[in-house]
Amino acid sequence: MLTILFDGIAYGMLLFVLACGLSVTLGLMNFVNLAHGAFAMAGGYVTVIMMNRYGISFYWCLPAAFIVTALAGAVLERLLYRRLYSASHLDQVLFSIGLVFMSIAAIDYFMGGQQQLINLPPELSGRFGFMGIDIGRYRLFIIVICAVLTVALQLALTRTRFGSQLRAAVDDGRVARGMGINVSVIFALTFALGSGLAGLGGALGTELLGLDPNFPLKYLIYFMIVVTVGGTSSITGPFIAALLLGIADVAGKYYVPQLGAFIIYAVMILVLILRPHGLFSREGGR
Amino acid sequence: MISFSRRLLIAGAALATLAGVPAFAQETVKIGVILPMTGPFASTGRQVEAGARAYMAINGDTVAGKKIELVLRDDAGTADQTRRIAQELVVNDGVKMLVGFGLTPLAMGVAPVLNQAKIPAIITSATTSAIMKQSPYFVRTSMAGPQSAVPVATWAVQNNLKRVVTLVTDYGPGIDIEKGFTDQFKKDGGTVVEALRVPLQNPDFAPFLQRVRDAKPDALFVFVPSGVGAIFMKQFVDRGLADAGIKLIATGDVTDDDLLNGMGPSAKGVITGHFYSTDHDSPENKAFVAEVRKANKNMRPNFMSVGGYDAMHVAYAALEKTGGDTDGTKLVDAMKGMEFVSPRGPITIDPDTRDIVQDIYMREVKEKNGELYNVEFATYPDIHDPNTAAK
Repeated sequence: MLTILFDGIAYGMLLFVLACGLSVTLGLMNFVNLAHGAFAMAGGYVTVIMMNRYGISFYWCLPAAFIVTALAGAVLERLLYRRLYSASHLDQVLFSIGLVFMSIAAIDYFMGGQQQLINLPPELSGRFGFMGIDIGRYRLFIIVICAVLTVALQLALTRTRFGSQLRAAVDDGRVARGMGINVSVIFALTFALGSGLAGLGGALGTELLGLDPNFPLKYLIYFMIVVTVGGTSSITGPFIAALLLGIADVAGKYYVPQLGAFIIYAVMILVLILRPHGLFSREGGR
Repeated sequence: MISFSRRLLIAGAALATLAGVPAFAQETVKIGVILPMTGPFASTGRQVEAGARAYMAINGDTVAGKKIELVLRDDAGTADQTRRIAQELVVNDGVKMLVGFGLTPLAMGVAPVLNQAKIPAIITSATTSAIMKQSPYFVRTSMAGPQSAVPVATWAVQNNLKRVVTLVTDYGPGIDIEKGFTDQFKKDGGTVVEALRVPLQNPDFAPFLQRVRDAKPDALFVFVPSGVGAIFMKQFVDRGLADAGIKLIATGDVTDDDLLNGMGPSAKGVITGHFYSTDHDSPENKAFVAEVRKANKNMRPNFMSVGGYDAMHVAYAALEKTGGDTDGTKLVDAMKGMEFVSPRGPITIDPDTRDIVQDIYMREVKEKNGELYNVEFATYPDIHDPNTAAK
């Protein structure tokens, strides 16, 4: 019972790291970036290449996955995304889904279509018992990293100068510019941060979710569910949503395996009926 | 006397020349190959293509005086495209045979085209039992899914694994295999404690594995598609099911030769039943593996690849039998009942069902020269598709 709860939390946390970058770009910057999964995939492939080709330790791969995808995000933002901030949401959707297909084809060309596998360091595999709960070491590792990340992110957005500048830039770009805030740089940094988080999620997820060129499309639906259920105005929303969905999905599959995949959608529908704008949102439950 | 034999000689020479003409002109027979070369099933396509090309590299590209040409098309794994491409290949390119089809719905999609055009299609990878009934022009060189599950059931009971949980992916092949395994397992006196079906799009196996652990069976029987199988197996080990005394038995998809090395030490000792292993000890297989490795950056051929290889053998041998006649019905008739030694071992095309009859091997994952292989230790000969043979 508690083991199921623990597994659910770990899975939810992983979903959160994968999706929170999207809630940053979508919620804070109001940009519909469906290519979010492509950044996650990039992080995963960075890990696979570093570990399998160069034998670098898994612990170094995590920051590397964050940095590489953040840089890639920054470059793409300067070259491509920037031009579409003022475009309609439909244009943004078309553009980013196009990027998804390009990333799939590119990865398929360079890395091949097969499933990529990594071997975790021995101290992260296996499990131990703690007060009657069976705890998987790797799942515990995911929970710790995600918890630290969530707190750091929340503080960064609410307590730092960068956070307030970002919120100002989003709410009224013109006034913010008038106040001497470099909106363009703030946006580039934010986008890079969102992409980097996705990359980190991809690196962490490789072991559990698997990694092949189709990753961005396969998990797009999960990112979207987390962000929709969570609402887009804060980090807490998607965090609670990811936990809720993770636990519901794992518990549902354990207790009623016949229903299998439908639990997560049922929860989403239920939440959206009660609170159409997500769990936490400025509009609230109307 | 002399003049008579001379006349005979001249007539003979004239006849020889006449017969020789088509051989010199070397008419080309096109074979359409439809495979998912991009998208989620691209690795299937790549393996089948490698297998088919390996056959041509080893056996040459002429048979019965005809030159064989492959026309490869990518359907990206979507059924409507498979059907459209099949039509184009038949109508515009004039292919005489079709080869390929990565998944059941893709194969199903081309059945109407075959029935109308009356040309044979050799299935290299789709595995459900239901496909073969869709068209009298289907011939299969991959397998019928449950074929490999039946010997696993028999083996499990013989080795005192009598309480088993089954876990399959919830789609056509998975359900076929679940039925094939369960029927045989019950007949041999085993009990299925629980039958779990995992959604096709399933990110996390934790809840299912925990359920298996709590049910405490002697063994867990698994079928999941190959890429997913690798992730599944790692989670199986990570959850400590093996330490809890639960054995993992599976069809060979889980320990796909293509991915086996990447799975690492956790794969060691897993018992599977399947029709092909890269490690199969025969001269045919050694030549096949060497050719695929040479032409594809040292890629290991897997069970998909051997399906492509044997499809080409069936196509060649059928042309040989018809003397180069490309009439579709004659070709299918030539394929029925065909027997030969494939890299996987001896196989037969059942004359009634046009399905493959083959030996199934029990294998254990072991390390050999620093690499992991499915090492065969027992053979169950001449296995038919249990789901159709039952009728």
